[in-house]
Order: sequence, then C-alpha cells, then structure tokens
Amino acid sequence: MSSALKVELGRRYRFSASHRLHTAHLSKEENNRVFGKCSNPYGHGHNYVLEVSLSGDVDPATGMIANLADLDAFVTDHVLEDFDHKSLNEDIPAFRDRVPTTENVCIEIFRRLKSFPKARLERIRVAETGKNSFEYAGDNPEGNRP
Amino acid sequence: MVLITRKIEFSASHLYHNPNFSAEENRRVFGKCNNPHGHGHNYTLEVTVAGEPDPVTGMVLDLKELKEILEREVMQRMDHRHLNYEVPELAGQIPTCENIAQVLWRLLDPKITRGRLHHVRLYESPDLFADCYRNGAAAAGKQ
Repeated sequence: MSSALKVELGRRYRFSASHRLHTAHLSKEENNRVFGKCSNPYGHGHNYVLEVSLSGDVDPATGMIANLADLDAFVTDHVLEDFDHKSLNEDIPAFRDRVPTTENVCIEIFRRLKSFPKARLERIRVAETGKNSFEYAGDNPEGNRP
Repeated sequence: MVLITRKIEFSASHLYHNPNFSAEENRRVFGKCNNPHGHGHNYTLEVTVAGEPDPVTGMVLDLKELKEILEREVMQRMDHRHLNYEVPELAGQIPTCENIAQVLWRLLDPKITRGRLHHVRLYESPDLFADCYRNGAAAAGKQ
C-alpha cells in the first residue's frame, strides 16, 4: 500500500431478523418506560444493512484488498447464516443475557468478523432502519472515520 | 474544520484479467468479472474536501469549481469509457474499485487548491465501494 494513501474496501450485506428490547434486570414498568414499543412481548423485526470496511495492501496482481468471494463466504458463514431470518434474542447466544440493541448487534458482529484472515477489519456499520445506523471499530482508534 | 461532499455518477465498462495468470487462474480469481468482453457499472463517486469556510464567502471552496474539476478530471476521462482500454492512468492495473479510487485520488488531489482533499469514496454498486484517505487523516480529522 502506498504510504501516502489509506485504502479501504466496503461491502454491504442485508439480513432480516426479529428482536425484543427487554431486560430481566428491570421491572415490567421500567422496561416499558425505557424501551417503549420495542419491549412488546412477542418482538418485532427489521431489515438490517451491515456494512463491513476492510483495509490492507492492494495486491498488484489482483487489484484487491480482499477477494470478494472470500469476504462474502466469511460474512455468510460467521454472520448471515446465524442472523438472517432469526430471532436475535432466541437464536444468538450472545443475546441471551444482553439486550439486542443495534449497538450490541454491532459489537457481536464485529467480534465475529475480526478474525477475517485476508485483511484488517476497520469497522462495521449496522443500519437498523433507513433512519438509524450504528458503527463500531473495536479498539481501533483509527477506525471511526468521519 | 468543515467537510463538504459532492457526488457524481459515471457509467463505464471494465473486466478483470491479469496477463500473468493462466486462463484457469483468471477464472478462479476473478470469476465472471473475467468474462472476455467486459461488463459495466454505474459508478458513484463521493468527493469530500476539508477546510475552513472563507470568512467573506462562507465557503470552503466554491461547489461550482469542484463540479468543474470533477467534470474535467473524472467525467471526461471515465464516463462512457472502457476503463481497461481508454483510461491511461489505469493501464496495467486491474480496474477494481480499490485501484480506480486511488487513481481518482491522485488525479483530484493536486487540482483541489482550496481546502484539502479529505476522502474519496467510489461505489461500483450500492453494495460495493472503496474509500481513500490520506494516511493519518482520520486522527487529524478528529482534532
């Protein structure tokens, strides 16, 4: 990679899942007050958009930071297979005792993707709806770019 | 510091092929992007310039000026062109998003004299893009 320029590859994925924002640490009234309709007992769903940003050397032979086939397969195996058309509360062990807010979804997905072997995971962004999105860069101080 | 971003769209064709690879290797690495007659995309380019607004005009740079730079450097060079054969700056390179974004950065950086080029994002499709930053710019941008 040229030392003057930092290049990143960004890729978007979609998954649809249900969740319920509710914690056993709060009373029914407090859950209602904090989470509002997101705490309705049977949950609800979103079409999530996951954005993955990678950095690394651009291989002169391929022009790529990472081959998309490798990245797509990794994200499918480590995230989409587990998250798509699932209940985040019921089907993802990380959310048995953690509220599946999109903040926590970001942290869990970042944890799952961090070991991608072909490039460095800079950050991820998860949009819960078209109107709100969340970013997480782990402990990477350079990761949260404007 | 204020960041201003202008977006343009251009359409171009390309293919991925490395002459040092065998036919099988090209196929394995590049998949259908290696199809011999190429294919095309609607590219979207977002160019972000950083600077302090001029106290008189209130502008980091005149967007009309940026529009003209983008027209001259990007549209005339790449719009409705074959990136492998008609863009000398990409000669000998695989015209991936990563490589095109770097070429665009190097074309635009010296032309932007008011404010400073901060970020280039090139979308090949809504789900695939490359970002270019000056190395170390993120830390500077946080100040």
